[in-house]
Amino acid sequence: MGGQRLDTVQEDELMQRRSWISALALGCLTGVLTVASPLLHAQGVAADAFVKQVSGDVLDAVRDDKAIQAGDVGRIRALVDAKVMPHVNFQRMTASSVGPQWRSATADQQKRMLVEFQTLMVNTYSGALTQVKDQSVVVKPLRAAADQGELVVRTEVRGKGDPIQLDYRLEKAGDSWKIYDVNVGGFWLVEAYKGQFAKDLSSGGLDALITRLTEKNKSLAAAK
Amino acid sequence: MSDPNRSRLAPLALTATIVVLALGLEGCATLPPGELARGDPWERFNRQVFSFNEIVDKAAIKPAAQIYQTVVPNLVRTGVNNMFSNVGDGWTAVNLMLQVKPVPALNMAIRTATNTVLGIGGLFDVAEEAGLERTASEDFGQTLGFWGVQSGPYLVLPLLGPSTLRDTAAMLLDINETASNVLWKEPRDRNAATGLQILNTRVNLLNAGRVLDEIALDKYLLLRDAYLARRRSQIYDGEPPEDSSQSAPSPFKQLGQ
Repeated sequence: MGGQRLDTVQEDELMQRRSWISALALGCLTGVLTVASPLLHAQGVAADAFVKQVSGDVLDAVRDDKAIQAGDVGRIRALVDAKVMPHVNFQRMTASSVGPQWRSATADQQKRMLVEFQTLMVNTYSGALTQVKDQSVVVKPLRAAADQGELVVRTEVRGKGDPIQLDYRLEKAGDSWKIYDVNVGGFWLVEAYKGQFAKDLSSGGLDALITRLTEKNKSLAAAK
Repeated sequence: MSDPNRSRLAPLALTATIVVLALGLEGCATLPPGELARGDPWERFNRQVFSFNEIVDKAAIKPAAQIYQTVVPNLVRTGVNNMFSNVGDGWTAVNLMLQVKPVPALNMAIRTATNTVLGIGGLFDVAEEAGLERTASEDFGQTLGFWGVQSGPYLVLPLLGPSTLRDTAAMLLDINETASNVLWKEPRDRNAATGLQILNTRVNLLNAGRVLDEIALDKYLLLRDAYLARRRSQIYDGEPPEDSSQSAPSPFKQLGQ
């Protein structure tokens, strides 16, 4: 922990102690003992600015739309399609959720899987959005190296009650970023779907999983 | 109730026993480390309890929560929720202290004190208005995890739902510090308050439950994976290491580095 002590003004002992204590407290808070200055990471700022903008856009749209707040599924889907999906690397999310079987799948299987999984994802996201009321999103300072093509942006959704952890795994896509995994309350979506898919994949392969997802999506559509 | 000290110490002793048991399980584990953290050796039993819980929830708890939500005015429900949360904040402060995190501990202690005094026993969340934001809640299970006690096997408890061996042990202590037991002395009042607390919790989960139902192919697995991942994340304060072989850090190993 000594390495964490910042080289601050030697003559001012009190000052030094104070900065050490706050660094220690910060370290305890985050569990990681690196305090990175956002200024050092010009490219990194773009990543958290990206997350701030996308989540801000979505929250604003929900807040301004009475139909969405009332749970209008069609409107929510339209919002997700317009504001969220363009920023998601869906192919990558699907591939890593399926695992090794993805590479040996035929082009047709991959296409069908993408369609069904996307429907399920939009459902997931839409369901979560119906819960938005007066929350705000706080983007935490980045701690990734500037030259990384992949990094994690951590945010917190604040409303009434406990803050909810909401993190994003981002990859560089030209000048901007694409989301390839989302963490809700400590649970990564890809990890979640891996666990959900494993049984069907091992018993009946990708085709069995696609059939299962199709049924699930159908029953969801019928329930609405 | 003849000897209040004894009734408070009993859970502590039981907690200690189970923790020792959990530590022992870790010690003699022949499984590779990752398998135990993720493993679910009691899956058959767990699934049965899970089905039982689902039935009870569907038949009694969820309908009751829906009635509570419809009948009781929003203002009253918010007050009830605030009151329970306020006691929770106090317990969070204690656990933050136990984890040597003085700054957030102080923050939460001030928060509880403010709400207890100015918010009329916690009915109003004045602290939030004053900008004293809530940090993520902490319980004794997280404190044990912080000090390196691994989670042990996943365990679904009747009526209480997802847990682990460690968290079940810790909960015996947590229960002593719930609002119902802190604020009320008579068993009859306590039971009524516990009922209210269950309704309050269930109302807060109504929407989340719907989302879970919609996305799950296997709800048992989804809840289990979510619970284990969430607890692990809470213990590492939101930033668990990528290597998922451990459900809790080993602070003593870290000190040696």
